[in-house]
Amino acid sequence: MSARETAVRPAWKIALYRPETMTFMLLVLAMFGASALSPYFLDIAYILDSFTLSAEFAMVALVLTMVIICGEIDLSPASNMALSACLFAWAQSSGIPMPIAIGIGLCAGVVMGLINGLMVITLQLPSIIVTIGTLTLYRGLAQVIAGDKSIRVPDWFIGINNWIVLGTPFTVLLFAALSLALGLVLGTTVFGRQIYLIGTNEIAATHAGIRTKRIKMSLFVAMGLASSIAGLLTASRLGSVRYDLGLGGELQMVLMAMLGGTYIFGGRGTILGTFLAAWLLVVASTGMTVANLLPAVQLTVLGILLIVSIIATNFIYSRTQR
Amino acid sequence: MNLLRTLLIRREAGIFVMIVLFCLAVGVVKPQFLSLNSLRIILLLVPLILIGAMGQMLVLVARHVDLSIGSILGLSAMLTGMMFKFYPEIWWPLGFALAIGTGTALGLFNGVLVTYFRLPAIIVTLGTLNLYRGLTYIVSDAKQIDRQFVPSALKSMSQTSPMFGIPWIIFMSLGIAALTYVFVRHSQVGRQIFALGSNPVAAPLRGINAARVTLLVFALSGALAGLAGIMYASRWGFVNPSNTGNGFEFQVIAAVVIGGVSINGGSGSVLGTVLGVLLLGCVAAALPLLGIPGTTQSAIYGAVILIALLIDRSVRQQGIKSLTGRGVPA
Amino acid sequence: MTVPVISAKGISKSFAMVEVLRDVDLDLMAGEIHALIGENGAGKSTFAKILAGVHQPTKGSLSINGARAEISSPNAAQKLGITLIHQEPLSFPDLSVAENLVLGRHEGGWLSRVPWARMMQDAQAIMDLLGVRIDVARPMRGLSIADQQMVEIARALASNARVIIMDEPTAPLTPKEAETLFVIARRLRDEGRTIIFISHRLEEVRALCDRVTVFRDGAKVVTGKIADLSNADIIRHMIGRPLKEYMHKQGTEIGEIALDVQGLSLPGVFHDISFTVRKGEIVGLGGLVGAGRTDVARALFGVAPAASGSISVNGQRVAITDPSQAIGLGLAFVPEDRAVAGIFRSLSVESNITAAAPGKISRLGVIRRGAEKAMAARAITDLSIRLASPRQPIGELSGGNQQKAILARWLLTDPKVLILDEPTRGIDIGVKAEFYDMIGALAVKGCAILLISSELPELLALCDRVLVMSEGRLTADLARGEASQESIMHAAVPRSGVAA
Repeated sequence: MSARETAVRPAWKIALYRPETMTFMLLVLAMFGASALSPYFLDIAYILDSFTLSAEFAMVALVLTMVIICGEIDLSPASNMALSACLFAWAQSSGIPMPIAIGIGLCAGVVMGLINGLMVITLQLPSIIVTIGTLTLYRGLAQVIAGDKSIRVPDWFIGINNWIVLGTPFTVLLFAALSLALGLVLGTTVFGRQIYLIGTNEIAATHAGIRTKRIKMSLFVAMGLASSIAGLLTASRLGSVRYDLGLGGELQMVLMAMLGGTYIFGGRGTILGTFLAAWLLVVASTGMTVANLLPAVQLTVLGILLIVSIIATNFIYSRTQR
Repeated sequence: MNLLRTLLIRREAGIFVMIVLFCLAVGVVKPQFLSLNSLRIILLLVPLILIGAMGQMLVLVARHVDLSIGSILGLSAMLTGMMFKFYPEIWWPLGFALAIGTGTALGLFNGVLVTYFRLPAIIVTLGTLNLYRGLTYIVSDAKQIDRQFVPSALKSMSQTSPMFGIPWIIFMSLGIAALTYVFVRHSQVGRQIFALGSNPVAAPLRGINAARVTLLVFALSGALAGLAGIMYASRWGFVNPSNTGNGFEFQVIAAVVIGGVSINGGSGSVLGTVLGVLLLGCVAAALPLLGIPGTTQSAIYGAVILIALLIDRSVRQQGIKSLTGRGVPA
Repeated sequence: MTVPVISAKGISKSFAMVEVLRDVDLDLMAGEIHALIGENGAGKSTFAKILAGVHQPTKGSLSINGARAEISSPNAAQKLGITLIHQEPLSFPDLSVAENLVLGRHEGGWLSRVPWARMMQDAQAIMDLLGVRIDVARPMRGLSIADQQMVEIARALASNARVIIMDEPTAPLTPKEAETLFVIARRLRDEGRTIIFISHRLEEVRALCDRVTVFRDGAKVVTGKIADLSNADIIRHMIGRPLKEYMHKQGTEIGEIALDVQGLSLPGVFHDISFTVRKGEIVGLGGLVGAGRTDVARALFGVAPAASGSISVNGQRVAITDPSQAIGLGLAFVPEDRAVAGIFRSLSVESNITAAAPGKISRLGVIRRGAEKAMAARAITDLSIRLASPRQPIGELSGGNQQKAILARWLLTDPKVLILDEPTRGIDIGVKAEFYDMIGALAVKGCAILLISSELPELLALCDRVLVMSEGRLTADLARGEASQESIMHAAVPRSGVAA
């Protein structure tokens, strides 16, 4: 109440205070740092190629961003990827024609998203604990189906990441296209606007006639579908499927969203931020690989980054508005 | 005997009945399940989970969650193992001090982030889950601590027995459970944990220091995970940077939520948690006997968490119904 | 003359420049039950909260047993022997009743032992003293509101309180439970304690209290022995403010029935509510807080649908189970609690204004920024919303301007029926007048308006008809000529055997 008619901040200042700016500057910094470590790094093809390793997670992170803006969270997508991929691989290895097997994989993903949605929306359980449960359950089921063995996929199905379109690996292109599409959905449509409204104040959103349950449910289902697509793409990249496909991926996805400035308590965040954060992560982790750092060190860095990025976004948002 | 009754008409009796029914059912199919030997197997499966569950119970009662305990277990075990490896002459019980100390420090770090930066515990501990695991690789240079480095006195704690052929570590874990019971039931701060989780708004108005209580539960959860770390070294005789403690948090959370600890804070009991751990142990022991592959364990933990959530919800809704009253504050 | 237990001198209190309590002097004696009575917002609860250390006075001083005292916090109040019992008690549902009684009063370190056996005994002893049969070992969860209040009273006794403040304790109680409460209150008085009893119900005040103090508009009007004041006197003191001049809308054609409600019920909340609102008509809905007015509005709008009864909009029978449906039928609802159910605090004023009318600012689901901007800009000019920029977060605006933005949101939906729940609460006088003009203008355009308000002058000035609710039932339907402060108040006061 005290700051009644405060003066408008100049546009550049608003832009500077946006968390995406932080992500972008970190990205530039990481590029400089990495290219100092290795001249390879200035090679775009090398970066694009490295990106294929994270492209599947990054795609799911885009949808996850929308889920978090809406005030929920989903920690189960990496397990969903594994279970969809295992179902698909198991189906095709037991003689079911490929198109149907792919369909089974995708349907499984949608069903898993539906289960999450039902428990969170219809039964009103907290999404954070529900999806920890389904995180364990879905990966467990993948292990039941696949055992400890790898299931091979047909040769022609392998290597979608090596498929180069317009000089760019197909999965990277797919990620870019999905970013653009979801960025438009979130930024310019009524549906996108309503996601922000729900995440900011769900009760007020209900009073304003927004169908909050329907929108949240569609996001959980979209999450399931995106995860299963990501699972199949990963299967194609790896050439075989094991139950531990994408293990620990939820950390990277949450990290991409957080690092891109998505607010953990909902209502704020952008697809652009997550897009930039995905590149930042790839550049940073490739840089660390080039610098011969152990994968373990990278895990440590990811953990630290996650904590630092939530503290930073919380701080930025508390500064710009109360 | 009111106290006893209020204790028993609650969740604990239900879990106990479930354990008995489960064991009888398995016993009908495979009579050897009802032998002393399989009881020993069950009991050997549970001490680590039981110790971790005591800490997780405190955290959940205070309305938080700690996903990092598996990694804390791993890092504490690794540091202790390395101490044994590089200083073989050292008096081995010092390992306990190191493991518990490490765990406490890591738990406190979680607590500080949750308390002073006001971050949700689930995201903080998802971050530290990976952070601590990464640190484990770094300090160990990704190398396992092999059997020959773990002091035999420590290993023998899992084999030798003071009585009834039950090994030391089982007595230790039961001792921890008993201590936790005394702590939550009979100490002022133990009751404050329940009060804080039961009504976080009212607690500070009644003079409860919420920050201190939150730090305490995370520190205790870390300390107990650290203790579980050195007991891992005792039980299995080695410490591996990637396997040790991996997935521990899900087993523990599953056990705790079956034990009737509410994810909405404020309620839970040591007895219930112990029974929850035992039920999980019985299931784990029965699977191989029934010819069900060990690969189903993880799926069962997941299903168990979800089912417990649903039970918790229906219990809570009855509570809400009976609490709801009319009237708007003026 | 004995020394008063509490003596308040010149107590004033302002919240964000709005003065809610003005220069109150009051002496409270040992061994009396003292009623504080007044309309909603008259300042009685604020005064009680100052005594209990919840708020600090802006001006004035308090003495306890003749000595100056600062009551800096609820804990400090408790140490001075003053306890406030909330209408809905702040309890710890998972802990036992006995623990709820003593929590926060232990001495010794944090690892010190909880003396269970002694605690249970002491708790049982207090319950026996009160003559209440509650098992002190059971958890708080599941106790009735009445029993929870008993536990709160027991807690006050356990901390040896000399002054016990009860803020509308009987509102959620059945008559029988209330009678038990009175018996206990009298006994506590006879022991020499002071009970401060805040209530709307004259009947109860008369039955229970020794003295009464009437508040109005933040000031004390009168203090006296209950025997010396008739009910009519008290009501006159409560509402005696001079009627401010508001322009009633003029020359409006009152048209056909727009909203027709028949026999609407939600068990335990409201019963058998029937009324109509015509096009161009402003119908007031008066009554005390908790009478069920907001619940009826929420039922009409589908937020919390009624269990039985029928609603017709423009002659068509409809079943409304969801706000989006209500909006589709041409209903609009400005809720009472702006912060909780109204604004999207961190989002721009623009998106706040357009939130309920996505169809108007989009084509094929895509938002047309130009249209949105223009539409918001027009609303901002029309309602003269004062702000720095339409892109400013709405949380930065003053309460009145936030409320205007929410009204603007609903005007964009072209409502046929507008429900306003306490639309001018917490709003400056100047902005209030603007609101009245807008409401009048809407009616002139043919909108049917249901106005829920606790401010009698507001109802009298604006409305063509005033309905009054009390305890979940409609108790009066007064035409403009019949409605007066007295007639509304008489219908609003519960079980009013009140002789005028």
